[in-house]
Amino acid sequence: MLKNRIIPCLDVKNGRVVKGINFVDLKDAGDPVEQAKIYSDGGADEICFLDITASNENRDTIYDVVEKTSKKCFVPLTVGGGVRSVEDINKLLNCGADKVSINTAAVQNSKVVVESSKKFGSQCIVVAIDAKKNGEKWEIFTHGGRNNTGINALEFAKKMEENGAGELLVTSMDRDGTQVGYDIDLMSKISSKVNIPVIASGGVGNLDHLVDGIKLGNASAVLAASIFHYGKYSVKQAKEYLNSKGIPVRI
Amino acid sequence: MKVTIVDYNSGNISSVINSFKEVAKDKVHIEVTSDLNKIKSSDKVVLPGQGSFKSCVDALNNINGLFDTLNEFAIVNKKPLLGICVGLQMFADIGYEETETKGLGWISGKVSKIDNQNGKYKLPHIGWNQLKIVKDSKIFKGIENNSHMYFVHSYEIIPEDKSVVSATTDYSSSIVCSIEKENIFGTQFHPEKSDKIGLRIINNFINL
Repeated sequence: MLKNRIIPCLDVKNGRVVKGINFVDLKDAGDPVEQAKIYSDGGADEICFLDITASNENRDTIYDVVEKTSKKCFVPLTVGGGVRSVEDINKLLNCGADKVSINTAAVQNSKVVVESSKKFGSQCIVVAIDAKKNGEKWEIFTHGGRNNTGINALEFAKKMEENGAGELLVTSMDRDGTQVGYDIDLMSKISSKVNIPVIASGGVGNLDHLVDGIKLGNASAVLAASIFHYGKYSVKQAKEYLNSKGIPVRI
Repeated sequence: MKVTIVDYNSGNISSVINSFKEVAKDKVHIEVTSDLNKIKSSDKVVLPGQGSFKSCVDALNNINGLFDTLNEFAIVNKKPLLGICVGLQMFADIGYEETETKGLGWISGKVSKIDNQNGKYKLPHIGWNQLKIVKDSKIFKGIENNSHMYFVHSYEIIPEDKSVVSATTDYSSSIVCSIEKENIFGTQFHPEKSDKIGLRIINNFINL
């Protein structure tokens, strides 16, 4: 049967990992390649890089990171952050990314999703939805959560599916960084609205949150950053825990 | 020995190239090309494929003589060929993604959309699923039944002759995920993205 996926996410800035795992045997804690390798050897089902490089002149650093990582890690690699155009997607795929996640550009120009999914296939197009609750509904935020567009997140999710997205990476801006758990309500509502897989993100603080994301949020995959970065839990521990709760995982 | 990965603009093939180079090390030469003479002189050929059935068939037909060269390689000369994902699907007579499209016709059968049972199953079928080995295949040497492989697809190949099927996987129904017919091999899953166990399949193919 199909297994639920655990996806550790690494923030990469100017080609270096921010908030990386601090293992004693790690030669260079800032090296994204080494960190990704640790995750894939530890049983990560996929690896995600989020490029948070702010300045334009350093933007090319991510290509080098992706190229080196894809020669060492043989599990799927998703790369997001600062992806603006079909050409950006093309470059990342050519460097060895398996999927590219698109956030702001998908909101500003829906053609990017339509054209890239036609050109490269839906399987490699992930639309990243950053949503924040406003009253009874959720609204889409762009630019790393700084700009409120007022767009209804559920309707946007459906539209992205129609435009050709292969997966949705849904992050709750209310929960991101809080470690109090995913916004289960948001995840389950989006998951039941679309027929493509949903990856839950934002707010994981313990392993029960991962369980909830799958069992209650109906997510196909769960993404987490800090619980793995700081060595609080290993991917292996997370999988064993999910397994003990009756969630199918690859062990 | 020379193994050629056919580069016919079928989408992203970096991961296929990286994985074959990783397995081959310096012992086997991995060529990435659409040059017909280089394909002809290869010992083995890998046919990747991403995107839709139609886009891959169109891309293949866009290269003059490529279809005939592959046909000669695999059907006339019976040299080993491995199709991955849509590369495997193209073995069929016909595909129904986007519009009805003729395939290579090496395996009688069709490629249809996976029945999602009215939304009960999400599509694409993305993630790690288990191999149900139904027949001994040369590329499964050292691979245990129920091993996990990485999948990403919405369409499935349905061969008329079930004896070519070497493995299936369960998603909505029993889906054909590996084929062996004489010298022709195909996997619906991505061995290049299936970690060490996937690399073993690649190694088995290279060492045929």
